[in-house]
Amino acid sequence: MHEWALAEGIMATAIEFAEKNGADRIEEIVIVLGELQDVDRDIVEFALNNLKKDTIAQDAKFVFEEEKALFQCRACGHQWRLEESKGEMNEEIREDIHFVPEVVHAFLSCPNCGSRDFEVVKGRGVYIREMKVR
Amino acid sequence: MDPRIAGIKLKLSGVNRVIPVVSGKGGVGKSLISTTLALSLNRLGYSVGLLDLDFHGASDHVILGAEIGELPEEERGVVPADVHGIKFMSIVFYSQDNPNPLRGEEVSDALIEILAITRWDSLDYLIIDMPPGMGEQTLDLLRFIPRGEFLVVMTPSPLSLRVAGNLITLLQEGRRKILGVVENMARGDVVEEFTKDRDVRYLGAVRRYDEIDSLIGDVPSLLESPFSEDVRKIAEKITGL
Repeated sequence: MHEWALAEGIMATAIEFAEKNGADRIEEIVIVLGELQDVDRDIVEFALNNLKKDTIAQDAKFVFEEEKALFQCRACGHQWRLEESKGEMNEEIREDIHFVPEVVHAFLSCPNCGSRDFEVVKGRGVYIREMKVR
Repeated sequence: MDPRIAGIKLKLSGVNRVIPVVSGKGGVGKSLISTTLALSLNRLGYSVGLLDLDFHGASDHVILGAEIGELPEEERGVVPADVHGIKFMSIVFYSQDNPNPLRGEEVSDALIEILAITRWDSLDYLIIDMPPGMGEQTLDLLRFIPRGEFLVVMTPSPLSLRVAGNLITLLQEGRRKILGVVENMARGDVVEEFTKDRDVRYLGAVRRYDEIDSLIGDVPSLLESPFSEDVRKIAEKITGL
């Protein structure tokens, strides 16, 4: 599963950050999941619960927040949400974007002017928003 | 915090040597040299990966005649496709070879994502085909893979000498390892003299081969060509360095 690779990155980053800051226990990690990448939250959580064993995060709680995707066209300034483009995306395209969200430019264009030059303002992928350590 | 950065290190931990192939100038034959070098190292008995980071001009899949219709296998990350004995990864598996315009930060994001999810596992060599210029991909590699050994492809054109010269300066100033220069479409001794002036190793010459276009997509014939014969000698040299 690709989600495992993401979970490994989350765990390695959290542990490194905690250790750098002199903490010896991670209590909570708040993880943001961007709508565009569409990762399977349950698999990420399952992977994290496996990966945390015998680490300073062994008692950590994982909190997930979903961030809706928002696009803005760089040519005409139009803003739109992912659901407005859902009609242009089949299962195969969703899968492509799941792995490398930047390929969204290969499949979507601005609904107003047709430009592929748009920004993913929000909701691209996975990041750690917050951590509680001791 | 971006969890992918730590993932990059994990994913490359089993790779013995990372060789980014750069040129500064476009059109000097980087993709053909990168792909043929990867194939040649494999034929010498090494396990080899080939990563095409030239997002806007991806062409290694065309040279290899690789089937991009199926996504690479997903298993605790992404397992690169096996193409003619080498592990191959390119953005085209995901863009379906559609036009995919990307700006600066998007290029970096795509690069980080690919490096963070691709499972190279254990490799003797990872060859990275880089885009021309010294933009995001070059700067990101300097940042994320400081152990990269840069291979510079040049032609005897004064334009190539000038642009590659600047790139070599950038690498030398950053105290990065430069494996050496490969001269493509070789003619005279201007490139060899240039390498002496710039204190970089001259790895060898690849002759101009006019039939090369007809071998694109046909790996067995490519490997039988005079072009590959020259690249193979360079591959042999690299394994001894």
